[in-house]
Order: sequence, then structure tokens, then C-alpha cells
Amino acid sequence: MTSAAPLLAVSGLNAWYGEGHALHGVDLEVFAGETVTLLGRNGIGKTTTLRAIMGLIRRRTGQVVFDGADLMRLPLHRTAHQGIGFVPEERGIFSTLTVDENLVLPPVVAPGGMSVEEIFDLFPNLKERRNSPGTRLSGGEQQMLAIARMLRTGVKMLLLDEPTEGLAPVIVQRIGELLATLKQRGMTILLVEQNFRFASRVADRFYLMEHGKVVAGFPTGELADRMTLLHEILGV
Amino acid sequence: MTMIFGIPVQALLGQLLVGLINGSFYAMLSLGLAVIFGLLRVINFAHGAQYMLGAFVGYLLLTHLGIGYWPALILAPLVVGLFGVVVERLALSRLYDTDPLYGLLFTFGLALVLEGIFRYYYGVSGNPYAVPTLLAGGTNLGFMFLPNYRGWVVVASLIVCFGTWALIEKTRLGSYLRAATENPRLVQAFGVNVPLLLTLTYGLGSALAGLAGILAAPIYQVSPLMGSDLIIVVFAVVVVGGMGSILGAIVTGYMLGLAEGLTKVFYPEASNLVVFVIMAIVLLVRPAGLFGRDA
Repeated sequence: MTSAAPLLAVSGLNAWYGEGHALHGVDLEVFAGETVTLLGRNGIGKTTTLRAIMGLIRRRTGQVVFDGADLMRLPLHRTAHQGIGFVPEERGIFSTLTVDENLVLPPVVAPGGMSVEEIFDLFPNLKERRNSPGTRLSGGEQQMLAIARMLRTGVKMLLLDEPTEGLAPVIVQRIGELLATLKQRGMTILLVEQNFRFASRVADRFYLMEHGKVVAGFPTGELADRMTLLHEILGV
Repeated sequence: MTMIFGIPVQALLGQLLVGLINGSFYAMLSLGLAVIFGLLRVINFAHGAQYMLGAFVGYLLLTHLGIGYWPALILAPLVVGLFGVVVERLALSRLYDTDPLYGLLFTFGLALVLEGIFRYYYGVSGNPYAVPTLLAGGTNLGFMFLPNYRGWVVVASLIVCFGTWALIEKTRLGSYLRAATENPRLVQAFGVNVPLLLTLTYGLGSALAGLAGILAAPIYQVSPLMGSDLIIVVFAVVVVGGMGSILGAIVTGYMLGLAEGLTKVFYPEASNLVVFVIMAIVLLVRPAGLFGRDA
């Protein structure tokens, strides 16, 4: 790993849903250009971790520093402007907006994002359907759109919540290719993924979560040595 | 004299015109309510009072400062819109996290306070507001005599309704509004200042009410109760159209105005009831409203 400061540094992150204490001191770091995957059983706090980093969960304590900026102190609508984009599990495609409108909805937060034409080169399906309502797209196309609209904004880092959930293998493969392309372009990615095979193909490193905190972290190269632990915690 | 179903054509067309004019106000007012409800999830009971406020701003500008109708047509919505912005920032924005009932109660209370203040100073009898000279008189359409000002109100309301519809459906700002109506937290997480969007939306909705008020001033009298008389019907329009549906509010506004006009011709006794009868039927058959999405 690089010795420079991490792009995203999370330490002692706690979060609550109503009365429920969901995160119990999450610590993790993601360096620029890395793809890091959070593993863990359902309901263990992976999605909550992404939402708490993004500020979508306001009842949170601890430290979240992104590119030198303290995200804990920012109102929700200022967070993205630090250069961090969120792709939610439910994809968040808007039914009253066309594909085009969905694509240009997130404001550009930094220079260096892709143009709409570049995005359409990468996603020709979306171009064909640009005037359809966003939710008329297939699940796979909606996932593509959810990622594509973040590429325009110039963010340095993407938080991706289960991008392959419920998608056909051929689409999952396309999303894998897409993440590889993004990585080549220098995008930093924090991924939550249930699909272990998919995750092991795209990730540089893993964090393993249990009971609302990170219990282990290791690079993809050590995956084989860690299978016993993974079997035990994930049941994979 | 030409007759249709035993009714003189003149009487029929005359009442249809009255219906169209009333419908113009229903459309403009229910449009503002729909815009506010769509994004803020607040049932704006102060809408009638804001309409009244628009008329009074015009009246007071004229009587105290000698500022006439045309500048007032800009100033009244501006003043009422700013008033809405202040109300949203100071009070309404603090109620979003509570039960929707609080927003309703707050705006209802605000309406009572506003009406009470104006009733204290200006009484309940209306104050006349003259038709601007440019639009005085009327035009003989051959089959009937159309007062120019009333023609203008129909045209103006169509422009306002179409303009607001285009703003919401066809612009970048409108796409933010529509997206935030569906999922405000996600839109805010994308970096859009949603709290500001809410403030501006309430301001816009209030300004629409204010504009309807100044347009109404020369037709109805300027009176503290003019809003509460109208707003009940407007709520019925919103229910028939479907809460939060922009197009539904506009189309239903004109339709129910015309339905009211027709009823005046054929069965005058029911003219005040017809809107509510239609509302009851729509609620029974299609609870989400004619243009509403099923919840």
C-alpha cells in the first residue's frame, strides 16, 4: 500500500437508526485509486457504514475525513461537493425524470468528470433510451445509469452499495468491466458486495465486518489464506 | 333567440364564461397547493390567506402609494412570495420532521391570524379595486358580450399555469424539484441544496396565490374573507385532481369551474354543491384523484 495519507479515513464511526445502535466504532481506510470491498453478513452494518460516511444517517459519532475535509461537520448537501459520490442499493433512479434528466441530475462538483457524450459511448444502451422515464429501464440498465450519473460529477471516489444485486450474470460481468475501466481512470471505490466471486475479481483489499464493526482487513492476495475465517464469518 | 336544451345560448355561454373565470382561479390556486404539497408534504391551509394578501397588496399599493394595477401585478406576487419564504424559513422548516398534521395546523393558524388582522383594519365588507383602463370595457363576440378584463384573466391564468408546468417539467430546476419530490435525501446527498429548494418552492407556491389575488381584485372585491370563501372549493379541486399532481391541478381547476358554470344554467340550486358532489364520487371511485398516482 502507499504510505501517503488515505483518501478516506474512517475511525470510531458509530451510527444509530432511531434507538437502534447500528455501528459500533467502524475503522477503515481507502487510498486513492484503490477498490476496497466491505464483506459481511446481511444486516451487519455494511450499508449503514456507507450511509453514515455519506451523511445520510445524521445520528453518528466518530471521525470521517475525506481528502482532508471533515465530513462529520458538513450538511448533507455539502458532502458530495468534497468529491464523493453515492450509488445506493436501491439505485435511486427517478421515475418522473427521463434517462437524460437522471443522468445530469447530480451537480458537477469538480472538473475532470466525463461529458454526457463520453458516458453514452460507455453506455450505448442509455443513449438509445435517453428520453424514456428512468424507471422504464431494466434493472441492469438502471444500475448502469446509477453509476453513470456519478461519472459526470467529477467525484474522486464512489461508494457503491451492492451494484450486482439481483442482476443476471452477463450484466454482473459488464459491471465488473465497468469498475475495471473506472479503476484505470483512477477512480477510488468503496464497495459493499454480497457476491463474493464478483468482489474477489474487482477488489484490491477487503474489510470484513461483524456486529457493526470492522474485524479484519487484508489484500486480495491473502484471500486464499483467509478462507477459513471467511467461511466462519460469511458462511461462503 | 337560439335555444339549446331549452336554454338560451346567451345564458349558457355567459355561465360557461363565468365558470371559465372561476376555473382560472381554481387552477392557479390548486396549482400552487399541488406544487407545495408535492415537495414539502405540507397541506398549505394559508393558501387562501396568501391569495387575499395578494389582493390587499395591490389595493394598499394603489390607495397609499398610488401604484396601479400593472406594477402591482409584479409586486403583489413578489411580496407574497417573500412572505412565504420568511414563513418557511422561520416556522414551516422546523416542522418537516414532525407529523404532517403540524404543518397543516400551523398554516391553518397562520391563515386565521392573517385574516383576523385584515378584518380588524378593513372590516368584512369588500373594497372595490378598479379595472385597469387598458382593459376597461368589453368586446362583442357576436354571441355574447365579453368584459375585456375577464378575457385577460383567462389568458393570464393560462400563461401562468403553462409557465409553471413548463418550469417543473422542462427545466433543470424542475428536474431537481421532481427528483426531490420522489427522494429528497438522495437528491441532497448528490449535492443539491434541498432545504433551499423547499424554501423557494414554498415561496413560488405563495407567489402563485398572490398573483391569483391581484388578478382577482378587479373582479371580486378585495376583502379579508375572499380567500377562505374560495379555498374550500380549491381543496376539493386538489382532491379531485390528485394531491401533488401539477397537470391534474390545472386541468381539474378549469374543468370544475366549467362544471359549476353549467350547473348554474341547468340547476342553479346545486351550483355551490356540484364540486363537492364530484369530489365525493371521485373519492369513491378513484381515491388517488383523476390524475394522481396510486399510492
